[in-house]
Amino acid sequence: MTTRGRHVKSAAIGGLTAVAALVVVTPLLLVFGFLLYQGAAAVNLDFFTHLPKPVGEVGGGMANAIVGSLILLALAAALGLPLGILGGMYLAESQDRRLPLILRFLADVLNGVPSIVIGIFAYTVLVLPMRRFSALAGGFALAVIMVPIVLRTTEEMLRLVPRTLREAGLGLGLSRWKVAVRVVLPTARAGIVTGVMVSIARVAGETAPLLFTAFGNRFWHGGLDQPIAALPLQIFAYAIAPYDDWHRQAWAGALVLIGLVFVVSLAARVATRGRYSAAR
Amino acid sequence: MERHFEADLQTVRERLLAMGGVAESMIRQSVQALVGRDESQVQAVLAHEEQMDLLCIEIDDRCFTLLALQAPLASDLRFLVGGIKINSDLERIADQAVSIALRAQGLITQPEVKPLIDIPRMATLAQDMVRQSLDAFVRRDAELARRVIEADDEVDSLRDQVFRELLVYMMADTATIPRALALILISRHLERIADHATNIAEDVIYIVRGEDVRERGDKELRKGLRIAAH
Amino acid sequence: MADGILVKQLNAWFGVTHVLKDVDLSVTPGGLTAIIGPSGCGKSTFVRCLNRMHEVIPGARATGTVLLEGDDLYAQDPVVIRRRVGMVFQKANPFPTMSVFDNAVAGIRLAGVRNRARLREAAERALRQAALWDEVKDQLGRSGASLSGGQQQRLCIARALAVEPSVLLMDEPCSALDPIATAKIEELMLDLRRHLTIVIVTHNMQQAARVSEWTAFFLMGELIEMGVTKELFTTPRDSRTEAYITGRFG
Repeated sequence: MTTRGRHVKSAAIGGLTAVAALVVVTPLLLVFGFLLYQGAAAVNLDFFTHLPKPVGEVGGGMANAIVGSLILLALAAALGLPLGILGGMYLAESQDRRLPLILRFLADVLNGVPSIVIGIFAYTVLVLPMRRFSALAGGFALAVIMVPIVLRTTEEMLRLVPRTLREAGLGLGLSRWKVAVRVVLPTARAGIVTGVMVSIARVAGETAPLLFTAFGNRFWHGGLDQPIAALPLQIFAYAIAPYDDWHRQAWAGALVLIGLVFVVSLAARVATRGRYSAAR
Repeated sequence: MERHFEADLQTVRERLLAMGGVAESMIRQSVQALVGRDESQVQAVLAHEEQMDLLCIEIDDRCFTLLALQAPLASDLRFLVGGIKINSDLERIADQAVSIALRAQGLITQPEVKPLIDIPRMATLAQDMVRQSLDAFVRRDAELARRVIEADDEVDSLRDQVFRELLVYMMADTATIPRALALILISRHLERIADHATNIAEDVIYIVRGEDVRERGDKELRKGLRIAAH
Repeated sequence: MADGILVKQLNAWFGVTHVLKDVDLSVTPGGLTAIIGPSGCGKSTFVRCLNRMHEVIPGARATGTVLLEGDDLYAQDPVVIRRRVGMVFQKANPFPTMSVFDNAVAGIRLAGVRNRARLREAAERALRQAALWDEVKDQLGRSGASLSGGQQQRLCIARALAVEPSVLLMDEPCSALDPIATAKIEELMLDLRRHLTIVIVTHNMQQAARVSEWTAFFLMGELIEMGVTKELFTTPRDSRTEAYITGRFG
């Protein structure tokens, strides 16, 4: 191939990649732009502080849904993160032949289960015995969705830590679990946080499982064992209603939901930023 | 950066200086045995001989070990190779001093042929040359080494002078021939000592500058011309 | 305090591959012993058997006796052993999320020492011993990974020394470094012996000649010859040793 031919080919591929990148980014920008356009008007202080107004009345907000979503995320994280991270550590550090293989397979399968099925599972396991919908059930369902994601990314990130660092730790006369927790885990911290962020972003928008676990609530929840409002549920409810005002509030809710995920991600990144983080 | 190797090189330096000091003593004592007709000085020289042999073996072993284990380069390599050669020259100087002492021992019981002026002078010069060549070694002074090389000419001409004078005595009185010959040979030993000191000075120049200043060709030519003139 | 090591009938395997065969060897306390030999001769494996790092690799095992001042290493907890027998690896591996100070004291802090004064004192002592103190004393907070290659390796040496082992194993510690950094570490090795027993693995024979008092030559998993360094390099007894040293090998 001639030099000129090579240059042409190189430029063509470069152009194609630029176009592909544009194609990928455009829908994202469109969605966000559309959201902003539709919802920005309805996002005001009332939105964040007021409860929904009764049917037919104009105004009100989604304060309870915002708080509800945050509570559900916190519950899911409290249940799912420890399991996921510890599980990931086990898979990465274990020298066993069989059990890790089985675990990994199960986690991958769980990852692919539709979220509504997980919702039904949580319904059967928690809602029925408790005889009520509750935030706990909602948090549990979301946690079950989170665990496989966190588990696999944690394992991958830990595996990326070079063997020489583990050897250095062992060589100093530290036990294997101490090396895993005090040397390997901090080194993989940035990657693990990313995995956690991905899982939170995923579950923040899950609506189906919440339908029969958290159920939703027009008012403030009465306790963790009571039904609780959540942004996705509220958005769903408003979007299919016939009222324009509610439609506008649904857009605002969607915008706030995305904003919420964004803020949580940022906060987590900043909070866990080490002084010298290893390369991801 | 201070190297452990430096300490080893310094030890070689010190041992060579020690050896040089003993060599100087041996020269002085051997001629003193002759001039002062002193048997005890002869014994002193012989006692030093063993000391010199031990030092010679020790220094060779140290240099060899350092060459083998440290694979030195540049000035360190020249130092160690030069050190081995200086070691050898000092050992020869000691041998010459022993020969002088033994000949002196034979002359002690016999009457003097003539007052000794040139031979003590040669001895002083030879001692100075040995000391200065070792000074040049320690101070890495190529200039001083060069002056030592030049001083060799004076020793050579003194040897010739001794020869001419004693020749006159031998021709005048044949009974003096054995004693005179011994003296001529002693002057020869002293001249050889000066040559070895010159070699040491040449080694010093090699160590310091990496120049090989041996002028073997010239020297032999000059020697040949001088002998022919007799 | 330096300990001596006695190795008797040491054999080691990776799975079914027999990599060390009936090795009998004695390491003099307070001295510096070098292990030399061509690639794959088992020298790294041998040294890793001395602090039980060999068995950490899945499928690896070893049999035989290794006595550290009379204590059978294979009858004790490996974690405890590794505090008595420290190790420095081929590629410097400071912990990337820790500062210079944290790296230096990692071994003792992660083992439970909390007292700040003790940690500071230990860090200074170890960094001085590793000839690194003067270069980092004003920047103890900077990242361990921001140092140059030679400094990182000295930091790893300091980290190993802080635990106060009686034996230090060094597996080709200079092979990833430039000549000046190598020279600094060789000088360091010469300063450290006496207080410590040091065993180094090196593929650089000149390095072994320069720094060690004893040298052992390994070939295809067997110990061929061991002796005083000067004698081994000037008058080796075995013809295979001579062939390797003079480069007539292979």
